[in-house]
Amino acid sequence: MINVENLTKTYGQARGINDISFNVAKGEIIGFLGPNGAGKTTTMRILTCFMPATSGKASVAGYDVFEDSLNVRRKIGYLPESVPLYTDMQVPVYLKFVAGLKGLPRKQINSRVGEMMEKVGLTHMAHKFVGELSKGYRQRVGLAQALINDPEVLILDEPTIGLDPRQIIEIRSLIRGLGGERTIILSSHILPEVSMLCERIIIIDEGRIKAMDTPDNLMSQLHSVARVQAKIAGPKDLVLEGLKKIGGVHSVDFKGSAASGTNSYTVEFVDGFDGAHLIPRLASEQKWDLYELTPAKMSLEDIFIKIVTDEEVHV
Amino acid sequence: MRNFWCLFVKEFRSYFNSPIAFVVITIFTVLSGYYFYNIFAGFSTLSFQAQTNPMLVKQYGALNVTESVIRPLIGTLSGVMLILLPMLTMRSFSEEKKTGTIELLLTYPVTDMEAIMGKFAGCMGIFAIMLALTFPSIILVEVFGDPEWGVIIAGYAGLFLMGAAFISLGIFMSTLTENQVVAAVLTFSCLLVFYIISYSAGLAGETIGRVLEYLSFNYHIRTFVKGVIDSSDLSYYLLFIIFFVFLSNRSLESKRWRG
Ligand SMILES: Nc1ncnc2c1ncn2[C@@H]1O[C@H](COP(=O)(O)OP(=O)(O)OP(=O)(O)O)[C@@H](O)[C@H]1O
Ligand SMILES: [Mg+2]
Repeated sequence: MINVENLTKTYGQARGINDISFNVAKGEIIGFLGPNGAGKTTTMRILTCFMPATSGKASVAGYDVFEDSLNVRRKIGYLPESVPLYTDMQVPVYLKFVAGLKGLPRKQINSRVGEMMEKVGLTHMAHKFVGELSKGYRQRVGLAQALINDPEVLILDEPTIGLDPRQIIEIRSLIRGLGGERTIILSSHILPEVSMLCERIIIIDEGRIKAMDTPDNLMSQLHSVARVQAKIAGPKDLVLEGLKKIGGVHSVDFKGSAASGTNSYTVEFVDGFDGAHLIPRLASEQKWDLYELTPAKMSLEDIFIKIVTDEEVHV
Repeated sequence: MRNFWCLFVKEFRSYFNSPIAFVVITIFTVLSGYYFYNIFAGFSTLSFQAQTNPMLVKQYGALNVTESVIRPLIGTLSGVMLILLPMLTMRSFSEEKKTGTIELLLTYPVTDMEAIMGKFAGCMGIFAIMLALTFPSIILVEVFGDPEWGVIIAGYAGLFLMGAAFISLGIFMSTLTENQVVAAVLTFSCLLVFYIISYSAGLAGETIGRVLEYLSFNYHIRTFVKGVIDSSDLSYYLLFIIFFVFLSNRSLESKRWRG
């Protein structure tokens, strides 16, 4: 339903997203997970034809977002991150306006608007102007306008942000109820939320896809695996062998040697065990010189930690 | 066509959800009414005196209500439009950009041209109300005098086209910036240039002088207030409108170009 190939977007010098590729099947619910500035909104804006990619290709429902934008826009419902609505319109008037633009038959508009307002729990707000609504109710209006033409593809940018816990539960169950026929992409900072709603999660960080899998598979990877980088001066083969013999080490990789005669190794420990302190002990026993011992660079877990920290702020 | 209609209705209504339409319409009506009152009262006094003092008629020529009331009125209205219409057009796209609503508008299945024409028509609707509210003055002239209806009709047609031209330029300016004040100032300055460009026609050489004259709004309204709708004036305004609608379309479209 959605095909994205090598999508890249740069803002002047700044990076937006970098070489993103993925596919979404019809009826699938997929979640973008990533910290602030990761590129979630950028990707969604390209898919909804709001702005063009710098390079790469994307198509929705078989139509290219760049070449055939009008056809793409007929197929999608979009809830932007900031929920930009016309504040000077009354809720039903606004929804009727959107229904008209999205080409609903005139006769159906009234009943459809009523139906949508009921579905997202807005019926008692019918006399209010959009500008008078609280953030959570605006979010519902935003959701209603996205859903009004019953689109095949739904793109929701942080649909539950700013809602109170009860509303979050309601909106989540609403989204879950929408799945099946519809293809949905949503973004979030909240790991449990995406794992609850989505069949597949795409983890984005710094404009790149870091992982893409089902929630279960990602969770099983999440079980903390400690990994360190060690810089040691000593005979390479002996060091490799020595490191492997440390209790609890899962694997050792040789990473290269520097001019000073030191070699770098990555040591990964088994699930749930961090034996980093054993490496200096081994080095001093063997009279090797240990120059550096650092946690290994940005793995999936680190990204998760970034995300999870974010989440704790929410709760 | 349906999209255009939805956008037009929404645009027209939203002018009344903020004070802007009331303010602009009221100022326009009050200013034009005040001006009308002054020239009309002056004219009545003059014609009253002329009845007793035939020398005055010799001095001023035949007293003619079309000449001394309708033409100056139309000239003044065009000046007031110059100041007030930029205040109507400034919000059209600038506000959408500022509040972010343009993100939804441009992701609906609406062409850029439909969006522009919807805004254009919404503004034209308010402008039509402004013009219509000056009709009581005209009716007063009809009751007390004997104006030439040809001049009135042609004059209002000229004003209508001129207003449409102002609005098309104003909408273009609002596609360029998210700041409404900047959009209004740009519109006003550009309109002023087109308004006064013919002043320097006398100084420039003959060909350039002609071109400058042709470009100016004043030059074209002159034939209208003679009661003549000339195809060259008509095409001037229409080309002006089409040109700026086209530029607005380009300006919106450019957001979708790869870059
Ligand atoms: N209009 C813009 N001009 C310049 N840079 C931008 C613009 N929009 C986004 N960026 C940059 O692109 C990168 C990705 O931003 P994006 O909004 O896609 O992140 P995000 O994943 O949606 O983050 P968040 O969780 O905060 O919503 C960021 O580094 C951001 O600074
Ligand atoms: Mg975002």
